[in-house]
Amino acid sequence: MTNRDWAYISNDLIYVALFAYAISFLISAFETAFSLKESKGFDRTRTIRSNRIGTLFFLIGTAAISLGVIARGASAGRVPWGNMYEFSISGAMFFALAYLIIGKKYDLRWLGLPISILLLIIIGTAITLLYRPSAPLVPALQSTWLVVHVAAAIISGGMFLLSNTVASTYLWLDRMERKGERSEFAKRFPSLETLDQLSYRMVAFVFPLWTFAIIAGAIWAEAAWGRYWGWDPKETWSFITWILYAAYLHARVTAGWKGRKAAWLSLIAGSSYLFNYVYINVWGTGRHTYSGL
Amino acid sequence: MRNALILLLLLGLASIPGSLFPQRTQSPLKVREYFQNDPEGAKWLDRFYLFDVYGSPWFSAIYILLFISLIGCVVPRTWHYAKEALSKPTPAPNSLTQLEAYREVDGDLESTERWLKKNKYRISKDESGISAEKGYLHETGNLIFHLALIVVLLGVGASSVFGMRGEAIVTVGERFINVPTSYDNLAPGRFFNVANMPAFAITAANFEAKYDPETRQPLDYKLTALVADSTKERPTEKIVRVNQPFTFGDSRVYLQANGFSPLVTVRDKNGKVKFEGPVPFLPQDANLTSIGAIKVPDMNPQIGFVASFFPTAARDEVRGGFSSYPALLDPRLLVSVWEGDLKMDSGIPQSVYRIDTSEMNRIGLWGLSIGESYSFGSPDPVGTITFNGVVPWVNLQVVKDPGKPWALLGSIVAITALMASLFIRQRRIYVKSKGGRLEIAGLALNRLPGLEEEIGRLVKEAGR
Ligand code: HEM
Repeated sequence: MTNRDWAYISNDLIYVALFAYAISFLISAFETAFSLKESKGFDRTRTIRSNRIGTLFFLIGTAAISLGVIARGASAGRVPWGNMYEFSISGAMFFALAYLIIGKKYDLRWLGLPISILLLIIIGTAITLLYRPSAPLVPALQSTWLVVHVAAAIISGGMFLLSNTVASTYLWLDRMERKGERSEFAKRFPSLETLDQLSYRMVAFVFPLWTFAIIAGAIWAEAAWGRYWGWDPKETWSFITWILYAAYLHARVTAGWKGRKAAWLSLIAGSSYLFNYVYINVWGTGRHTYSGL
Repeated sequence: MRNALILLLLLGLASIPGSLFPQRTQSPLKVREYFQNDPEGAKWLDRFYLFDVYGSPWFSAIYILLFISLIGCVVPRTWHYAKEALSKPTPAPNSLTQLEAYREVDGDLESTERWLKKNKYRISKDESGISAEKGYLHETGNLIFHLALIVVLLGVGASSVFGMRGEAIVTVGERFINVPTSYDNLAPGRFFNVANMPAFAITAANFEAKYDPETRQPLDYKLTALVADSTKERPTEKIVRVNQPFTFGDSRVYLQANGFSPLVTVRDKNGKVKFEGPVPFLPQDANLTSIGAIKVPDMNPQIGFVASFFPTAARDEVRGGFSSYPALLDPRLLVSVWEGDLKMDSGIPQSVYRIDTSEMNRIGLWGLSIGESYSFGSPDPVGTITFNGVVPWVNLQVVKDPGKPWALLGSIVAITALMASLFIRQRRIYVKSKGGRLEIAGLALNRLPGLEEEIGRLVKEAGR
């Protein structure tokens, strides 16, 4: 197969993923709407069955996007991290995989709705706004550090997003519980305690990786640009994100923050990552302009 | 510690404006644009150093304070820590019921003690019971983190004080000699001795740029350089690429940018050569549409050419002339000829790429292909310009950064230590015997979860 074939296959697979996630999303949405209405005498077997179908489509979507990312790499003969389109689909893939792995362990099945919305947004914008034909890397990116630095950054991003989804769920359920009891529908979610712990554990788990991504970026910057740190907007915001997450961990570990306060802090830290990705890549100046935008 | 943390947060906060406003050190052109579009606003922003955030007094103030607070925090702590690290755990309080995870179980002190030892607790005993502590690395990590941060800051400081950084445009075929005057741009640190720069010479022997014909993106830039230790020694050949700088002594040389230098000859009306040579032009876009200035002060009146160069010439209604591909497929030089005062000895430093034409008259405009000449001035010709060819130029960046290894080492140690201090569980367990039974309780010193489980395990496993 030629490179072009691989690129087409990759595009098709990404569309398949979008489609599968859309179905999974619709099923979760119907299920949610349905169970919100039938709050009394709620029949769980029904939603459990539809949840299975939703999960099946989620699995199909994740398989498709993973293969799509791999095919994209094959089409360019390199890791598929050369521009913002590739970065977005890879990020979506890690996000979905992290959800599947962690979700299985901690029973997050019912988080399908927000997760699939996020995936639709990420893949949708990637396809419509960010798409670039598959192409070789510009000289500045031709380095093994690309693999190390960007992989670490993408995986961290996926996990931060997942942890933020969990923290948001926490805040939503917490509000509900403060007003009274959880609605019948919300009873399926894990306890507040579990969500709180889970969102924290994910951050604690990727924080070292995030740190590593920044240090690897600095080492790379030394080789590519002649300085390891230059307050480039991307560097600045990585630093800010790092400080915020460090503050979060610190607040939890030494100051004993938990629950609501901690969830808000992690949302703020997560937003700074998102800001770095969206704003700095698209509107920002600086040297991280390899995104092809 | 608390102050240091607040200052660290403050440093993060203070770094935000620098990412929102253009910075002089990174994009001077954008700053100039800002001043043109909104002079009043820009003046105000400038008063608060918003175009030089990372070198501003207030930014420096924060990190100097951070530095001081780190030292102020670490020095006393080292003592405190040393004492603590060597001491035995403090004896158990009289009543354990107030502590965490309190319970009463069957069991004996000896097997509990064995379990605690096996699980790496440090133990002190008295007649009333055992007091055990674990996770001293938590404190150690904390301390090392702060020390390592100091190393990072010192490394960064050393680089800016003892290091240097300079850039030079070298046209292929020319030789660059490492002396201050060779640089277009030189930023030595305060204690960097410019007179002692190592005398090396770099000849740009060959430069190849490869592009993807479809996307026009660059695929590879490769500079073949001949490098000699001093101007006399035989040179060695080095290949420099964007991600592959070469190291020379304690300096590193980077390939940063490239462009074209048209080769021109300017003659006066008698045919006498008044200027000859390559003139580096400044690229304006990814297809290397370039602008430049050819200044001929030796003619009377002085002559200046405000010029554009297109490696692959194209035209359209909106942009006029531009380049549609970054390699030399159809090179053309567009010159507009100006006569008058170039103001080169006015004392005001001038851009080599621009000409101040405010006191000059335009006497011609022409496009040239390689080999063509243009005779300017009418009715009487004043001179001719000949476009002989094009050579590429490269922008070399020479960096001496003595603090770099320290900054790297410091940050790696700092991070490792921070992880240790964040995630190592420091806890105490107290055991007392009370009427044949044991009272057990603990203290999670840094509030990490898991004490309950640990004591659970102790009870289960030591019971046997
Ligand atoms: C101190 C230095 C660096 C830091 C702190 C840094 C930070 C980051 C961060 C946070 C991301 C994650 C994604 C995002 O938010 O967009 C990222 C992605 C990326 N970095 Fe870096 N980076 C550094 C140096 C470099 C260097 C030297 C290069 C290449 C020459 C590079 C190339 C990339 C690419 C290609 C991506 C992924 C695509 C994209 O977002 O545009 N980085 N970097």
